[in-house]
Amino acid sequence: MTETGALGEQIHSQSLWHTLGIEQAWEFCKRKPLGAIGAFIMIVMVVLALLADFVTAIDPVTTNADKTLQAPNSVYWMGTDYLGRDIYSRIIFGTRISLTVGILATLFGGLSGLAIGLVSGYMLGWMDLVVQRFMDVFQALPRLVLALVMSAALGPSIQNVVIAIAVPLIPIIARVVRSSTLAVRELPFVEAARAAGMAEWRIALIHVLPNTLAPFIVLVTAQLGAAILVEASLSFLGLGVPEPHPSWGRMLSESAAEYAQQAPWLVIFPGLAISAAVFGTNLLGDALRDELDPRLKQ
Amino acid sequence: MKAYLINRTLLVFLTLFGMSIVIFILLRLAPGNIVDILFDSAGYVDPAEKKVLEAELGLDKPVYVQYGAWMAELLSGNLGKSYRLEIPAGEVIRPRIPVSLELALLAFFFSIILGIPPGVISAVRQDTAMDYTLRVISLSGLSMPAFWLGLLIILAFVYNTDLSPIYINAPTTFGGHVLLFGVPAFVVGFRSSALLMRLTRSSMLEVMRQDYIRTAKSKGLAEQVVNYRHALKNAILPVVTLLGIEAAFLMGGLVVTESVFNIPGVARFLVQAILWRDYPIVQNLVMFIAIIVVVVNFLTDLTYTWLDPRLQLTGKL
Repeated sequence: MTETGALGEQIHSQSLWHTLGIEQAWEFCKRKPLGAIGAFIMIVMVVLALLADFVTAIDPVTTNADKTLQAPNSVYWMGTDYLGRDIYSRIIFGTRISLTVGILATLFGGLSGLAIGLVSGYMLGWMDLVVQRFMDVFQALPRLVLALVMSAALGPSIQNVVIAIAVPLIPIIARVVRSSTLAVRELPFVEAARAAGMAEWRIALIHVLPNTLAPFIVLVTAQLGAAILVEASLSFLGLGVPEPHPSWGRMLSESAAEYAQQAPWLVIFPGLAISAAVFGTNLLGDALRDELDPRLKQ
Repeated sequence: MKAYLINRTLLVFLTLFGMSIVIFILLRLAPGNIVDILFDSAGYVDPAEKKVLEAELGLDKPVYVQYGAWMAELLSGNLGKSYRLEIPAGEVIRPRIPVSLELALLAFFFSIILGIPPGVISAVRQDTAMDYTLRVISLSGLSMPAFWLGLLIILAFVYNTDLSPIYINAPTTFGGHVLLFGVPAFVVGFRSSALLMRLTRSSMLEVMRQDYIRTAKSKGLAEQVVNYRHALKNAILPVVTLLGIEAAFLMGGLVVTESVFNIPGVARFLVQAILWRDYPIVQNLVMFIAIIVVVVNFLTDLTYTWLDPRLQLTGKL
């Protein structure tokens, strides 16, 4: 009795870990240590962004004329800038802005690209041709240049920065989704669904779409880092997130060039924050790609 | 091959035509037209004077006439007039082209040197400490914003030497060239080398698993010969396709790097023109960049089909 009881418990606890996904997560960490580090960085950043009000003591936008360009100390952990604002608070609140802009832009660009790629690859014909030519046009400019021009044309606001970052992303995603749609639509089970009399739009949504999601998720994860980087570059050049929102990119441009020599912490910390965020998404994206791309498995 | 060439050439023009319409519409979405902006800075607006200027710039004409006028101007090689600087844009842009070109070529050189050999080594030594180290270095290159890397390098120079890689006057000596162009080019090149390194690695890994490699190995050929003579030749093909994307990537890198190092190049001028809202210049510069990207992509495609005879046989042409 006791033996079966212990066994039963063991099975029970295994399935609990299993249903919680912890077992799979642990397996993933063991197989892909670099990917796990990436996931860890991203989780820490999301938590800091959510709890920004609780992990900082000083308001990120209040200026303090008596405390300008302070070196890092026990009150100002990362020093202060030329207006006496606390760098640490600005970086933590900047996490919130950068992640929000990055995630929204990636979602918006990613989902639009998914829809366009699926329709274009499934319908083919003149529709596909027209869509592809549009995608050509939007890929004729470096991403940053298109985002710069769009951001300038739309005017400064967080919403417009999101659009400016998302639009150049659409063709990148649409291309990949289209090519996987093209491959999936020729498979026998799609033919079977059609023979069974299923409506085309249902085949596209129920049978084709789920099979294009693996490469889509990989690409979107990797593109999140790129989106954060474009936001930082736009803000650095003065065309990103407007004041008073703290932004990593703008922290590097507004004072860094002038005060860098006497206050190197102005340069070091915001740059570290950007790099960590992008590094995290890249590591995670790489690991996911290796997991989901069967060609890379030995 | 002939039909393919004609097709591809037509596509180049179609894409550029589409780009010109997109950019034309985008810049007209911007709040306030150029006249408003010019008068805005003057602080005083005389409606009659405004009308005169609008007529002079052709802004009172229908949009399609304005578009036609712009196209005619572009095709005749006229780059328009900078409102901000009040001189022909060509005069401002022309001396900047060799500066950006030198920077771009050097950056391209760096990205190949820093991208392809580490990619090959990383693939040959897959899953060793060497592989992990090279991949982490390359990933951090991809993760660091070019402007931050640039600022860090400037700081390092300023603290440790009496040299500064910030562009103030045109370099006169060879050493000056190395400093003022080499350092920024390294920054841009290091960032884009990451893409090359990753593609080289995965392409190399894929080729190394093929049957002919096993055959070569079982013939008793030396590891080095198999890796570098047999595998690398085929693995390098997909890397060629990346060179077109690389051109776009490099130009994106130039935009921020020229700003950080204060280099008087085309990309920095584009940023300035956007900030000044000097839209006639912006639309011409953007077209200029689009032409470079599209033409480089076209040439890359041609090179690729020429290098890979399989593509010509599969009827893809």
